[in-house]
Amino acid sequence: MRKIEAIIRPEKLQAVQDALDGLGASGLTVTEVLGCGAQRGYTEMYRGTRANISLQRKVKIEVVVPQVRADGVVEAIQKAAHTGEVGDGKIFVTVVEQAIRIRTGEKGDEIVQHRIPEHWGH
Amino acid sequence: MAIAAAAVFIPVRVLADTAPDNTATQAAGVAADTVWVVVAAVLVLFMQAGFAMLEVGFTRMKNVGTVVAKILVNLSIASIVYWAVGFAFAFGAAASGVFPIIGGTGFVPRFLPGSVIDLPQLSTSTAPAAAKFFFEFVFCAVSLAIVWGTMLERTKFIVYIIFAVPFAGFIYPLISHWLFGGGWLMSHFGAQDFAGSTVVHLTGATAGFAGLLLLGPRIGKYGKDGKPNAIPGHNMPLAQLGVIILWFGWFGFNPGSTLNATQLHFADVVITTNLAAAAGALGAMAAIYFVQKSLDVGMIGNGAIAALVAITAPSGYVQPFFAIVIGAVAGVIVVFGVIAIDKILDDPVGALSAHGLAGIWGTLSCGLFTDPDLAGFNGVGEGGLFYTHRFNQLGAQALAVGVAFVTVFVLSFTIFYAIKKTVGLRVSERHEIDGLDISEHGMWGYPEQFMPVPGGAYIHPDALSDPARRLAGTAPANVSVAAESRA
Repeated sequence: MRKIEAIIRPEKLQAVQDALDGLGASGLTVTEVLGCGAQRGYTEMYRGTRANISLQRKVKIEVVVPQVRADGVVEAIQKAAHTGEVGDGKIFVTVVEQAIRIRTGEKGDEIVQHRIPEHWGH
Repeated sequence: MAIAAAAVFIPVRVLADTAPDNTATQAAGVAADTVWVVVAAVLVLFMQAGFAMLEVGFTRMKNVGTVVAKILVNLSIASIVYWAVGFAFAFGAAASGVFPIIGGTGFVPRFLPGSVIDLPQLSTSTAPAAAKFFFEFVFCAVSLAIVWGTMLERTKFIVYIIFAVPFAGFIYPLISHWLFGGGWLMSHFGAQDFAGSTVVHLTGATAGFAGLLLLGPRIGKYGKDGKPNAIPGHNMPLAQLGVIILWFGWFGFNPGSTLNATQLHFADVVITTNLAAAAGALGAMAAIYFVQKSLDVGMIGNGAIAALVAITAPSGYVQPFFAIVIGAVAGVIVVFGVIAIDKILDDPVGALSAHGLAGIWGTLSCGLFTDPDLAGFNGVGEGGLFYTHRFNQLGAQALAVGVAFVTVFVLSFTIFYAIKKTVGLRVSERHEIDGLDISEHGMWGYPEQFMPVPGGAYIHPDALSDPARRLAGTAPANVSVAAESRA
């Protein structure tokens, strides 16, 4: 199994979600995060006083998939989150040892299979 | 507050000479005056909501509950203290040797329908003492609300409670007596302050200044290099709602200060008040754009407030064109004032500029722009420099500003110093970082921002009675193992 972790622009979340939905990827964890990279920050003016905002708001998505699906998912995220401007984010892929479904105790690839589950998509 | 008008201006008196049923006409006039004074007072009372929203908007989310609690508690304390002693000091009668300094009759006043109390300076208004009392009380409450704008987000709640008593009971009534109640600044020097640029706004801001000097800045306001950091308020829409509520309430504040409807002067005051506010918002907008090349939302509102503060003293004395000038200048003053003061003093809402500097400017502007005819109508002082080419009135105005500032500063600093040495002014560093809502009140102003709330929303799909509202393609039977089919 592979865990694919992507830091993306918040406004690109929906596009990425749609792309993963199109692949039938199940199970997505989304976190609002702050961070800094090549994009650096920006300056806010509040009542004449300068405030340097060095951490940008980003969204982190995490999705675990069977090894054979990893490249396809990475490609889909990269395409959907792309604008070409500095600040598009990064994708990290790591190896996952094991996965367990809490409800049933099932283990392994079976529980991170790409499915179209109930209430998924829109 | 000058309402000493020559009898010839009073239509009721003119009618009384000719109309056969002059008692009925007079009664109607009294009723009209009374209704107007009470309605205006209620408009001014609503300004408390404006101050609450303005302060809430300019503070962080962890400190909003304490702001509204403070407004309510201060309003309540002032209600009782001003009734018990404040009104008597401000407007009561006294021996001629004492009266220029302070009034002394009408403590814990008793009211009966239409009852009259000996109020020397208010005697030309036909409204009963109860209406006059309530109108003067809401001014006191406004002045007290202004004090705390400089001291938000780090002051112990007990300080609000303690300081409200001497402020509403003595400090405000003293200045009020000198400029509204017939005291020495108006009677001996003819200083003009129609509705209180100095009495209400400069007094409040000066007390806040004294407190701020003893209190110090919020944690994190100034960096190690001493440069100010921006601590943005959490809600600009609420802050600007506060501005609009204050603008609305000001139509009680200034026009109501005629204490009179039958002479019709209050309608003129409506115009000067509104024009000044408009010019102030635009003046501040232009000034802040000049400084930082963007339109700071809070500054535009501060401009309107500063202009309303500035037009308060001259509102009954000047013509519309000068109201625009006064407002526009106030809007520019507040922008540069906030930026300059922010470098050394942490004043979260900009009260020192919007109420202090604009209050000084507004009071002085009488000395420049007062229409001699209106000075005569109000029976206080004379025309301004622009009309008379004499500095008399400007000198009287400067005297009023200086005297009020020094008096209020000394009294307030003394009281705040005593509080600091006894119960303390400031919450602990731990409490300040945690926020005053949780540390002083044990609850949050915005709970769900800070803690999980039991029973919080989780919409289970089964809870939706309409199947059409479920997301498309989601029937359990349709679950397919896409990975395998596409692999």
